[in-house]
This record gives sequence, structure tokens and C-alpha cells, in this order.
Amino acid sequence: MSILNFFARNRSAPVARERLQLLLAHERTLTSRSDLIALLQREVLAVIAKHIAIDQDKVIVKLDQRAQVSTLEIDIEMPEGAVIQN
Amino acid sequence: MAKVMVVTSGKGGVGKTTSCASLGAALAQAGRNVVVVDFDVGLRNLDLVMGAERRVVFDLVNVVQGDAKLPQALIRDKRIETLCLLPASQTRDKDALTEEGVGRVIDELREKFDWIVCDSPAGIDKGATMAMRFADLAVVVANPEVSSVRDSDRIIGLLDSKTRRAECGEKMEKHLLLTRHDAARAARGEMMKVEDVLDVLAIPLLGTISESPDVLTASNLGCPITLHNPTSAAARAYTAAARKLLGEAVPVAAQDKRGFMSRLFGKRATVQ
Repeated sequence: MSILNFFARNRSAPVARERLQLLLAHERTLTSRSDLIALLQREVLAVIAKHIAIDQDKVIVKLDQRAQVSTLEIDIEMPEGAVIQN
Repeated sequence: MAKVMVVTSGKGGVGKTTSCASLGAALAQAGRNVVVVDFDVGLRNLDLVMGAERRVVFDLVNVVQGDAKLPQALIRDKRIETLCLLPASQTRDKDALTEEGVGRVIDELREKFDWIVCDSPAGIDKGATMAMRFADLAVVVANPEVSSVRDSDRIIGLLDSKTRRAECGEKMEKHLLLTRHDAARAARGEMMKVEDVLDVLAIPLLGTISESPDVLTASNLGCPITLHNPTSAAARAYTAAARKLLGEAVPVAAQDKRGFMSRLFGKRATVQ
């Protein structure tokens, strides 16, 4: 083991601290709206379902949080020849 | 004016019950009238840590439901006259605690005691929210470990939203008690430092309890460490924390600052 390795070994505490800071910054904004994803999914689907027949099981809602940007991804599989209802 | 203090953490096994017993005893040793209340319905342990497990007749649930009068359920400590325990029920579940009933018991306790120290169960469900519901201040117990710190942050969020005080728009006083800390490992970067946890959680530090075999010895014997071994580092830290809660200006010992030799030998001792 080199002398450099000896000193760099097992300094995991700074990693723990950084991971927590990143995670908690997001969780703090989210916990007050813990039902946000379910709510968004319900409301967005209600709007789309007005116009297109969609299968509720073929909808994927994802919320991805990064340090700078968060993305909301709603993936709706359109059925073959989706019928416009009105 | 009585103070209601909840000792809480979110995560289990971080030292809530031990800290509740030790802080309660330390406050009583400082001459205050103290009751420690176990809110962990179904999994009571404060009686055991206080050494009163064979004296439990009635419990919190009995009093909440009106089956027993408060004085019948209170167990007076045999070592300190100004310390009492209100045990939790071992056979019921958390749904037995109603907000109205708990509020009534807390009001009655406020008339009899200076300090009402509520030992919260782990988790964030009804037992934990009932324990914090009527609190004036909170001690958040955390270990310098990622899951404990994350859960503490969640509990801090609940303290700021689900308590009576928060709902009335009043400020909830919160203090961090860092337990199972190891200054030697923190100095080597293997464990988060006190400052790291403080930075993340952003609440003031009440004290640091270093990992110590004395703490286990005290709970083995059913005697709060401030009584059993008052000169131990853990007991002194709990006593200092209690004095701080009483409003005395107590400097928090800088646990991470160790001498060169102790750091050297601390490191040597654990190199494998």
C-alpha cells in the first residue's frame, strides 16, 4: 500500500455528507407535496382522456431530480389507431 | 410554566429511549420535577431502561381512555424523588391513543411537573405524531450515519408541520443530540463530523454523546447513566445538555478536537 493510498483510504464521510445534502434538498421540497406525482398523473390523464382513449396501465410517470434541473416525464402509449372521441 | 419536550428521531435504534431516560434524570437531578412518558405503545422500553419494569400497573393508554387516574399510573423513581415515569401499554396498539385523550393527559401533567419528556416511537406514524403533537420543544436524536440523518430531516419536517405549535404558526424549538459518535473515526474521515451533520440538518446542537460501553452498562442495569456513572463522558454530556435545556450557557465540548497522540493511537488501534 502506497503512502498516498494510506491517507486516501476510507475517507467516506465527505461522500456521505454530499449525498445527504443533495438528497435532502430535493426531499424537503417534495415531502410537502408527497402526493404530487399521483396528482399530476391523475390530472394529466384526465385531460388527455377527454380526447384519446388511453390504457391507464400503459402510462409511465417519472420525476427525475438532478442538482440543477428536474424533469417530469410522462410516457403515454397510444393505442393502435387511437380514436379521437369527439 | 411546564415544558413539554419530545425526544424523537424517525429511525429506530439511534438512542431515543436511552437519551430520554438520561435527559429526564439529568433534569430531575438539577432539581426539576420531571416525568418521562413512553409513547411507544406496544413496544414499551422506557420502563426497562429506567429500571421500573416490575412496577408497571397502569399505563398511558389506561389514563388516555379513562380506565385509570393519572396518579395511579405514575411510577416514582426510587433514586430521584423528583423523577416519575408514565409507561406505555405493552398489549395495545397505537390507535388506542386519541389526540383528545393525549391532550387531556398532557394538560394534567403540565399541572404536576416542570418538564414532561415524551419518548417517541420510531417511524412517522400515529405514535410518533402523537408524541410530538403537544410538544413545546424537540430533541432530535441522530447518529452520524446517512439513514439516521435522512430520517431526522424528515422528522424535523414533521415537527414544523404536524405539531400544535406549528399549526398555530408558532416556532418549534428543535435541538440536535448526536449519539454514538466516534471522534477518532470522524477525524480520519470515516464518519461524518459533528459539523457535517449540523450543516446538513441545520438545527442547533444540544450535545454529542460519544460511543461508549458505559451507556450499555447503564441500560443493562436499568439506571440512567447520569445516576449510575455521573463522571463518565456520556453522563457529563447528558448533564451539560440538560443544563442547556434549562437555559444555562454551557459550552458544547468540541469532541472532534483530539490531541496528536490520541489521534495517532486511535488510528493505530483500528488499522487492520
